[in-house]
Parts: sequence; C-alpha cells; structure tokens
Amino acid sequence: MAGDTKFHHGDPRTEVGPIVEMKNIEKHFGNIIALAGVSFDVLPGECHCLLGDNGAGKSTFIKTMSGVHKPTKGDILFEGKTMDFGSPRDAMEAGIATVFQDLAMIPLMSVSRNFFMGREPTKGGGITKRLDVDKMNSVVMEEMRNMGINLRAPDQAVGTLSGGERQTVAIARAVYFGAKVLILDEPTSALGVRQTSNVLATIDKVRKQGVGVVFISHNVRHALAVGDRFTVLNRGKTLGTAKRGEISPEELQDLMAGGQELAQLEGSLGGTV
Amino acid sequence: MSSTTTDERLKTESFLARFLKRPELGALAGLILVTVFFFVTADGSMFTLSGFMNFMQPASQLGILAIGAALLMICGEFDLSIGSMVAFAGLFFGVCVVTWNLPLLVSIPATLVFAALVGAINGSIVLRSGLPSFIVTLAFLFILRGLSLVGLKWATGGNTQLRGVREAVEDDWLAPLFSGDAFPDLFNWLASKGLIDTFNSGLPKVPGIPVEILWFILIALIATYVLLRTPVGNWIFAAGGDKNAASNSGVPVGKIKLSLFMLTACCAALVAIITVLDAGSTDARRGFQKEFEAIIAAVIGGCLLTGGYGSAIGAFFGSIIFGMVVIGLTYTNFDQDWFQVFLGGMLLIAVLFNNAIRKRVTGER
Ligand SMILES: Nc1ncnc2c1ncn2[C@@H]1O[C@H](COP(=O)(O)OP(=O)(O)OP(=O)(O)O)[C@@H](O)[C@H]1O
Ligand SMILES: [Mg+2]
Repeated sequence: MAGDTKFHHGDPRTEVGPIVEMKNIEKHFGNIIALAGVSFDVLPGECHCLLGDNGAGKSTFIKTMSGVHKPTKGDILFEGKTMDFGSPRDAMEAGIATVFQDLAMIPLMSVSRNFFMGREPTKGGGITKRLDVDKMNSVVMEEMRNMGINLRAPDQAVGTLSGGERQTVAIARAVYFGAKVLILDEPTSALGVRQTSNVLATIDKVRKQGVGVVFISHNVRHALAVGDRFTVLNRGKTLGTAKRGEISPEELQDLMAGGQELAQLEGSLGGTV
Repeated sequence: MSSTTTDERLKTESFLARFLKRPELGALAGLILVTVFFFVTADGSMFTLSGFMNFMQPASQLGILAIGAALLMICGEFDLSIGSMVAFAGLFFGVCVVTWNLPLLVSIPATLVFAALVGAINGSIVLRSGLPSFIVTLAFLFILRGLSLVGLKWATGGNTQLRGVREAVEDDWLAPLFSGDAFPDLFNWLASKGLIDTFNSGLPKVPGIPVEILWFILIALIATYVLLRTPVGNWIFAAGGDKNAASNSGVPVGKIKLSLFMLTACCAALVAIITVLDAGSTDARRGFQKEFEAIIAAVIGGCLLTGGYGSAIGAFFGSIIFGMVVIGLTYTNFDQDWFQVFLGGMLLIAVLFNNAIRKRVTGER
C-alpha cells in the first residue's frame, strides 16, 4: 500500500523485510464478507496495533495469520516467501504464537497440560519417549511468576482459575512459544492493573528481542503505550496505517471507534484513505 | 524445584483428597462395593482361583472393547458400532481362516487392518460431515450387523454360523497367543507343589491364565500410560475437552479422532479373534449389544459423555465390575435377571457421580 511504503522511507530498518506480510486478504464465510482486502505487515522488533470497532474483522484477520482460517483470496508471505498455512500447527512451527480472544484453553485440563498443549516437552527416546512432567510444571510456574501471577499449583485445572489468571496463562504460553511473531487478541481485557502493565512490559521486552508483535486492543492507553504502528480496520477493510508520533491520543481514540471522524484524520493517516 | 514451592492459599491436600479427584475413583469404589456384596452373598467358590478366572474372562472380553471405547469417549466421540464390528470382524477372520485357509500370521493382521479400515470409514464420515458420531455409528451398528448376516450366509451357503475354525488353526504356532490359557507349565508346577487347587488326577483346576485376561491387562496398562504420560494422551484429552481450542493450539484433532476410531475398531477385531478362536466358530450374533456394555463400563470408569475427561484404568475397573455382576449372580440365590437392574442402577449412579466429580475438578459453581 502507498501509505506503507511512504512510512518505510527513512526508517532505520528499511533493509529488514517484514516477518509476515499479508496482501489483500479476503475472507468470506458463506455470503458474509468478513474481510474485504486487508493488507498488513509486521516487522521484526515492532509492535503493530490492530484497531477497530467490534465486528470490524480483527479476530478473523489474525486467525488467517495464525493458520486457523484459510484466506478466501490474498497472499501471506512469511519472511518473504509465500506461505500456505494448512493448520495452526503449521503457523506455530513457523514461529507464530497467538493469544486468541477466546484463549483456546481447556477447562478440564491442568494449567501445565494446557500450557504445553500441542507442543509437549518429552524426555527419553523411542518407545520410552514420554512427557517431561517436571519440566512442564516448573516452566509453567516460572513463566506465570514472570507475568506477575503466583499459581497455586501447576496441576490445578484451568476451569478453576479466575478469568484474568486464565488470560495470563494464555499470554505466558504465547510468549514462551512465539519465536518470531506474537499475536495478542485483546489480551488485557480481563487483567488487573499490575498484570496489565506486566503484559505491556512483556510486549516491550519481546519486541526488543526482535519478535514482531501484533496487538489488538480496545484501550487507547494500552495501544499507545506499546504501539509502533497503528492500523485501523473497519467493516472488513483497512482505513490506513499511522506511525507512532504521527497521531495524537484523541485521533487514535476516534480511529478506534471505527474511523467515525475520519475526515479530520486524513492527514495523520498519510492519505491512504 | 519451583513446582514444589507451596502457596499459602493452598490447603495442604492429603493423598486422599488428591485421590478423590481422580476419574477412576468411582469405579474403584464400585468395585470394592461389588466385591463386598458378593463376598457376603455369593458362594465361597466365587473367590477361589477358578471363580476369579470365571468372572475375569467375560470381564476381559468386554474390557478390551471398553478401553477402546473409553479412549474414544475421552476424545469426544462415540462408536456404537463396535458390537456389530465384533461380528463383522469375526466373519472376516472366519473367512480368512476357514474359507481361504490362510495362516494366522496373515489372518490376524488382515483382520485388524480390515477393522481399522471400517473404523476409518466411520471416523471420516463423522469428521467430514461434522455430524454427531452417535448417529453415524448408530447407522453402522445396523449396517455391519446386516453385512455380517449376509456375509455369513454367502460364506457358508445359507448358514448364519461358520464352523471349522478350530480345525483350521489347530497346528498354527500363533494360536496360543490368542486362544487358550497362558503359562500352563507354571500352573502345573504350582499344582505339583500343592499351591493351587487340583483335581484328583493332580492336574490343576485352573490350567492357566486365559489369554484374554493378559491382553486386557496389557491394553489397560498401555492405554493408561499413553493417556497420562505421552503427548498423544494430552492431545486426546484436549481434542475431547474443546476441539476448537485444541486445534487452535496446534493439536491435530482430526488425526487423533480418526486414529481412535480405528483403534476402537481394532479392539473389537481383537475380541472377535479371541472369541472366534475360543468358540471354534463365528456367528452373526457375536458382540450383540456389546457397544452399550462397553460404553457403560467406560462411564462407570469415569468417562464423561461430553468428552475430555476419563481414564483407561477406570474402564478396566468398570469392566471387572461388569464381569463380577454377570457371573457373580450365578453364585448367589438371586434371580440372574437382576443383572439388568443392577447394570442400569450402576450406570445411573456413575453418571451422577462423574458429574459431581467434574464440578469439583473444574471448580464449576
Ligand atoms: N465463522 C464465522 N462465520 C460467519 N461469520 C463470521 C465468522 N467469524 C466471524 N464472522 C463475522 O465476521 C465479522 C468480523 O468478526 P471478528 O470476530 O473478526 O470481529 P472483531 O473485529 O474481532 O470484533 P471484536 O472487537 O468484537 O472482537 C463479524 O461480523 C462476524 O459476525
Ligand atoms: Mg475479536
């Protein structure tokens, strides 16, 4: 997109290509058009916020990025190469980890089994290959402590956790496995003050390690606190991308309302509308 | 290790309290109850070695099915066609052995592969259509039973029983693995030392351990190990707990479910092989209503009908309860037809109990 290219000019990272680049993604569910041509990219070491009203298509969009949905049309480039994720497992193996809005947790299973679901550590080889339960338990306790939550016990069922604790498990899991891209779909919606600032600090930390972060939030202050770029979705389309510093909190607030007052914002959106 | 640091919000949990959260608890409690009941009411011979083998034999035949059914239930699916599958696999096996004169080395793997294929058809229809497995496999309950009848008549020229299996496998070296009693030498030795009951001739009253009991124990152990200690076990629980969440977390839900449909069918085939070799013939009524008994044993063993929770060792105990009640009643003065009442009652209690346990585990309010 024109806006994007303009934005990249003068950026010290110009040589570094995006980790994931989504081009003109369309997603239809039967006759429902959830995404009507969305382009988006994430650079290594940046936090790219995806904003928009309820039902704008944010979750649907990140689900195409994490292999849950196959796009009806459009291309996904991963590190410059066309990628066709057949399943979330493929995306994960490529280094993309996601905190889904519904968290993808299983209430009947323990915290540590949920944490490692799909990517269980094993020990022993051949026929004796088995779960490394000690490692699972200690990693979970450690990672949760880093997020500011002291779990009672790693074998506690997720169903017995509070909403925020559950969300934190999902975030800790994604951070632990998100080697290249970390996607967070409204990760702070149920969190307390301390846990929220922990999550934002974690985003900042992994970004400094070179991970590309996609962050969906309805909270302006959270988005502004960590975002490097802001892309607004509305009714399945991008309204444009703005860079940090080019946009005031008030303007961002309007954008997050789905670009209702878009006319005044054209300037800050780089004329992409 | 950090995992052992305790939290002040956690009341110290006794071994008992921990144990109370295990899914197989109900089945174990039930087993103790049933044992006590028969200890009081039944003839003492029920609890001799031969009495034990007597009820363990049907328990094992059911248990092999029940463990397969339990794994499938934990991953969130049902297979109502396993009873008919026993007849169908029995027919295929009988035809291999009698009509085509194949050795067991070929017939047994062929029967297992054949069953796995039927299981895969079942599974693919369920997974592709997204229909409840209950209804799809109910259709196969009738289809396979009907095919068994038609096939038997075709193979025998009009009969619904195919005889001559025993003669056909008489000298087959593989037969002892799937029929008869294991460890006869050990039992002879024990008899000669006077450690077990003998006939007047000096031969032991129990010539060995019926092979199905060994298969049953082996399968229960493997299934328990896989469920609790391997990634695949974690995937089975996850797939049954919430298939979207599991799939979004990278669990190959479709593959897991399909494999378990195939495994359950293979369990049915194994039971078919063992019982056909045992009887020396196969007939169309083989495995009749076993699907319900297997599911009941799995539920008594702690499996939730909604999936995501349960245990293989629970199904193991559930099947033993079953065998004890069926056979045990013949050792008592009760009318044997109490069996069905007993069964229904057990099922009801088990379901209520499981529901309560699940609420405990999930902290549901
Ligand atoms: N599986 C589906 N089938 C049909 N329609 C769908 C499906 N998933 C999403 N949609 C539709 O696509 C649109 C976008 O949904 P999406 O969940 O992506 O919104 P969102 O931007 O994440 O909203 P929110 O802020 O409320 O989370 C909605 O109108 C929704 O009804
Ligand atoms: Mg959403």
